Amino acid sequence: MTSGLSKRIKSLQFAFLSPDEIRRMSAVKVITADTYDDDGYPIEMGLMDLHMGVIEPNLRCRTCGGRVNECPGHFGLIELAMPVIHVGYAKEIKRLLQSTCRACGRLLPDTGAMIRSPALGPDGETLSSRPPREERSCPQCGEIQQKIILDKPTTFRENGHKITPKEVRARLERIPDDDVVRLGLDPRFGRPEWLVLTVLPVPPVAVRPSITLESGERSEDDLTHKLVDVLRINQRLRENRDMGAPQLVVEDLWELLQYHVTTYFDNQTSGIPPARHRSGRPLKTLVQRLKGKDGRFRSNLSGKRVNFSARTVISPDPLLSINDVGIPVEVARALTVPLEVTAFNLEVAKQYVTRGPTPASPAGTYVPGVNYLVREDGQRIKVMEKNAEMCATMVSPGCVVERQLIDGDIVLFNRQPSLHRMSMMAHFVRILPHKTFRFNLCDCTPYNADFDGDEMNLHVLQSQEARAEAKVIMQVQEHILSPRFGGPIIGMIHDHITSSFLLTHRNPRFNRGDTTYLLSKVGLPLPPPAGKEKGEEYWTGKQLFSLTLPPDLSVEFRSSICSHGSQEPAKVHEQDDCLVVVEKGQLLKGTIDAKAIAAGKGVILDAIARNDGPDAARRFLDVMSRLCITAISLKGLSTGIDDEDVPEEARRQIARVMATAREEVSGLVDRYHRGEMEQIAGRTLEETLEVNIRSTLSKARDQAGDIAGKYLGLDNPAVILAKSGARGTMLNLTQMAGAVGQQSVRGERLLRGYYDRTLPHFQRGDLGAEARGFVSSSYKNGLLPTEYFFHSMGGREGLVDTAVRTSRSGYMQRRLINALEDLRVEEDSTVRNTAGTVIQYRYGEDSVDPSRSVQGKALIVDEVLNQVLGKRYRPEEYLRGEGLEGTLPVGEEELDLLAEAQLEEENEDEESEEPSGEGGDGPDLGGGD
Amino acid sequence: MPGEPKSSKIRESLLKQASQAKVELPGGVVDEVVRKLERLRDLPPEEVRKVGQELIRRFRKVRVDPHESVGIVAAQSIGEPGTQMTLRTFHYAGVAEMNVTLGLPRLIELVDARRVPSTPMMTVHVEKGTQKDLSRVQGIALGIEVTMVPDVASIGTVVEELKVVVTPKASLLQARRLKRSQLEAALLGGLDRRRFSLSDGSGAGESKAFEIHLAEQAPPRAGKEPEEDMPFKRLLEAAEAVRQIRVMGITGIKRALIKKEKDEYVIYTEGSNLSEVLDVPGVDSARTTTNSIFEIYRTLGAEAARAALILEASRTLSEQGLTVDIRHIMLVADLMTNEGDIRAIGRHGISGKKTSVLARAAFEITAAHLLKAAITGEVDELKGVAENIIVGQPIALGTGAVNLIYRQPPPGVTPAKPPAPPPPPEAASTEA
Repeated sequence: MTSGLSKRIKSLQFAFLSPDEIRRMSAVKVITADTYDDDGYPIEMGLMDLHMGVIEPNLRCRTCGGRVNECPGHFGLIELAMPVIHVGYAKEIKRLLQSTCRACGRLLPDTGAMIRSPALGPDGETLSSRPPREERSCPQCGEIQQKIILDKPTTFRENGHKITPKEVRARLERIPDDDVVRLGLDPRFGRPEWLVLTVLPVPPVAVRPSITLESGERSEDDLTHKLVDVLRINQRLRENRDMGAPQLVVEDLWELLQYHVTTYFDNQTSGIPPARHRSGRPLKTLVQRLKGKDGRFRSNLSGKRVNFSARTVISPDPLLSINDVGIPVEVARALTVPLEVTAFNLEVAKQYVTRGPTPASPAGTYVPGVNYLVREDGQRIKVMEKNAEMCATMVSPGCVVERQLIDGDIVLFNRQPSLHRMSMMAHFVRILPHKTFRFNLCDCTPYNADFDGDEMNLHVLQSQEARAEAKVIMQVQEHILSPRFGGPIIGMIHDHITSSFLLTHRNPRFNRGDTTYLLSKVGLPLPPPAGKEKGEEYWTGKQLFSLTLPPDLSVEFRSSICSHGSQEPAKVHEQDDCLVVVEKGQLLKGTIDAKAIAAGKGVILDAIARNDGPDAARRFLDVMSRLCITAISLKGLSTGIDDEDVPEEARRQIARVMATAREEVSGLVDRYHRGEMEQIAGRTLEETLEVNIRSTLSKARDQAGDIAGKYLGLDNPAVILAKSGARGTMLNLTQMAGAVGQQSVRGERLLRGYYDRTLPHFQRGDLGAEARGFVSSSYKNGLLPTEYFFHSMGGREGLVDTAVRTSRSGYMQRRLINALEDLRVEEDSTVRNTAGTVIQYRYGEDSVDPSRSVQGKALIVDEVLNQVLGKRYRPEEYLRGEGLEGTLPVGEEELDLLAEAQLEEENEDEESEEPSGEGGDGPDLGGGD
Repeated sequence: MPGEPKSSKIRESLLKQASQAKVELPGGVVDEVVRKLERLRDLPPEEVRKVGQELIRRFRKVRVDPHESVGIVAAQSIGEPGTQMTLRTFHYAGVAEMNVTLGLPRLIELVDARRVPSTPMMTVHVEKGTQKDLSRVQGIALGIEVTMVPDVASIGTVVEELKVVVTPKASLLQARRLKRSQLEAALLGGLDRRRFSLSDGSGAGESKAFEIHLAEQAPPRAGKEPEEDMPFKRLLEAAEAVRQIRVMGITGIKRALIKKEKDEYVIYTEGSNLSEVLDVPGVDSARTTTNSIFEIYRTLGAEAARAALILEASRTLSEQGLTVDIRHIMLVADLMTNEGDIRAIGRHGISGKKTSVLARAAFEITAAHLLKAAITGEVDELKGVAENIIVGQPIALGTGAVNLIYRQPPPGVTPAKPPAPPPPPEAASTEA
């Protein structure tokens, strides 16, 4: 296969077609407004003339003799009976008319017209931009100038008199080339008078193919329809003019011709009604074809459809490596990799071809076949079972065999919306039974994928160069550290975290049976037992976890479960087992949870990826995900509604708190009505009341949460999930066990619905707690009917918010990308755009790659000094491990935010009707993703 | 201590070592190393050299690769977390009384380079000497906050007598530390003397009223036919005009609030007018700031605007609990201020000014760009990303920016000896 480029387009010159040019390039003069005759054969000199190319398979082009796929098509032309203005240039024409003499065509001084020059960039302007004075005379010929008005879209008036396009053209013709240059045009590529059209090019048939409906009826393209209109009116205009019809009739027809030519170019010109199809649908003419999201530019040129790709539903597989992707056999058989046949692999290639496209396989195995054979002469032959043997004989060095996928092929894997580069990464193929794409759960975060019906795309690389690049720069393991914040974006999630918590918290013991079972699943050798108890050997969870760590790892930090400050004595941490100490690859103390290994914040993961490289990080993640899945299936963890049970006493306490809060609120409302409320500076009385009520109620909710929280300890599975950072927050739990709290819309207590009240259950103007959306029940106990309505109002706002947000941020990102896409670091470490303008003298002021930085820092100085100077340099804070902790990639706020996002997601799951929340995925997705 | 011979020696040695290795160590790192090494007494020079070596080795590892598409990475890093931001405006941290746009709308506003932010706001610091003196700070705050006539007086009209009566309220005047005479001066300055006349009304002392009488005949306005005289209409006009008169304060500053922060009083204002606030005596011009990027640009210039953009954008992101590397934000700010003014990200700014016709056409307003290119005979050099994708060529970023050509030696010729091992990477890239 010959890849690589032999030619490269260096530049494109834009120009305007002159009438001569149009005549020269046209293959036929179109005069008949008809397309096909009764036999379905194109009419000569009609719009489907065979000189303009063919669209039927059995005809040949009259110009080049080519068939459908050989002939590129040729232009035709329509000679316009009278000249018409080109809509796109009406403003430009006005500028030209205004700045030149109406009699001699010379440039007028101080015209006020903007004068552009390509040398000054697209908007480069020279001369003044003052509006022209009304009474002026030409310094060359003395002619008094008149004010020109553009009556949109295409009519020019001078002192109220219409200037015909013919006259416009005559005036533009008079502008000498020298002045044209001064006006910012380039006469070599566009003379002013060409802007008034005298001939109209007719695009090749291939540009506007007619389609044959099932009924045998022909349906013409919108452009053809429009050209028919132009031709008809053109014909009538010519006849009338030649017959010497009254001026009025000719002018009307002329204007009609102008209308048709205008809408032929742009059917959304403001000021004129769009031309419509018989059905009332506006026609899609030239500008509409190019413009917008579904136009030629954005839909076909900036984004292109590809072959060698597949799409299906995704599902998880914890046993795969993070670098792998499981592919169904059906997909593997349809996608191919080109295998270039040489003397060295000739026999292998022949074997492949002999097998045909669907090789018989021993039960349960997959044997790759061949779909196509490309002969040396470029002929593509579809290999089928019948011709496989015959094809095999044709294989010779120089051929290309399109081989089906095998394990180890490298492919690109992508999930939309592709918001960052981690949305498309390279994976190695693993061909597996069943019909979904599968991957390791750690890869969910970068793709932002879940398995509630998400689908993903897969692309097979076709060249050696592409495969090499993919392997070096796109492989999943190369993206563990995110360039956004210089921390790990790929890491452990959900069950992995729960499991590592169960495995390490308070160091549980495992007997020989469990230990060997665990290790057999992971594929690690059995270490010597940690000790003996009652004559039985045992291994500890921390010991087993340590097996996954690189031998030289030493870190110290506080776990997610830790609720103490770093300054508190070690003893407190000891009690909760929440100060993690890893020394020389051994976990000595502490609980491994989200803080250690989770995506977005894992300290241990971060350290491994940074110090030992992507290979080690990948191994760690692979081994950890197996270990965790096995461990959690061994230990087990279930959570259910009774996890939120609180004793009767607590429920009574909560009820009491709620009652007091309600009373307090009504007290506030009374004070407000009596006018005794103390106003907060800069707020109205009403606002003050709201602020006070809100703070009272949120205090009450927190109190209820605290009461419930007392009964929710780390022995409760749901609490383990929340505290270890696996899923959910304590807030979620207290809402379930304690009270849900105030519902809000637009950050305020609910107030809309009925006249002066939220629901008909309340008095008008009731400002009390329960009338304005305070939910004092818990999810567990169930909501009152009114509370249920309020809750739905708050929930709905969340849904609307996400929908609006995705579109708004999507557009912002499109603009950012468009503005920044051309910037790159040059070899002198400056950042420049395509014009060579320096944007930054040093990228980021220090030339440091954010994905290689340590949470944005170029280097950790303490680490360097410690390494070089050894004992002599021991800063206290480094030894306490705060050097690492102080630079956490994710703040506590993000944790809350993540939890909130999770909550939202859960709410989404609950809804039976599907919110169109996730952006990018169109309505074609029936599934629940 | 700066100037101490040892510290500068360490610095010199490090910098020399770096320049020999053709590496420019980040200034912050050098400072930190110098500071920390300085603490250790009697450090032999070879140890310093070893530290330098290790720093250089590590720095080389974290440097960006040449031709890296840093623009796209920056755009993605800022755009991707946008989906996780809130849409609502929140109360500014610490100042519950004020609503400030935050989250995604604020980020969009920054990137759009809007002239006026949707919630303009200033943080006014007071000069060192007086920052703890509440009364002085209050004085400054009152001087900044705009006071209109209705804020300190009631305005009534007496139709029979064709007069407007402005009755100052002594208590309000006092609260704003104003005198009746100042109000009078403001009224005199704010009214058209040819159309109205001012005289004292009833009352006494500070709350003595003003009466504004209409002139007998409205003076004809220039260029207009003298219209039918409608005194009633003119009276209402007069009342309205009085309401619009500013007695004190700076235009644009709707409210000023004082907050105690640590051990100083800080003034927060609703509305913004940087140039005038900076001129107020007692205001610490070094620390006073606004959230209006355009005002900063106008009063302090493009570099200040760049710094403000970076600050505001990273504050907006971190307030939402999102971590984005500062380098990405810096790149966006640098691009926006590159021409010496502020240009928006979008079709009216950077994207509309691109050199490539195809890139502009592919972004927005397709037809207009193509038409213009044709008549002016523009040339597209096909250097950028969008253009090359459109014509189907590899783009000049990352691995696409370099070419490797292998010339196969003609048969029979033994290939030349392999070239000497390549020079260390920094030799290839010339350091600025």
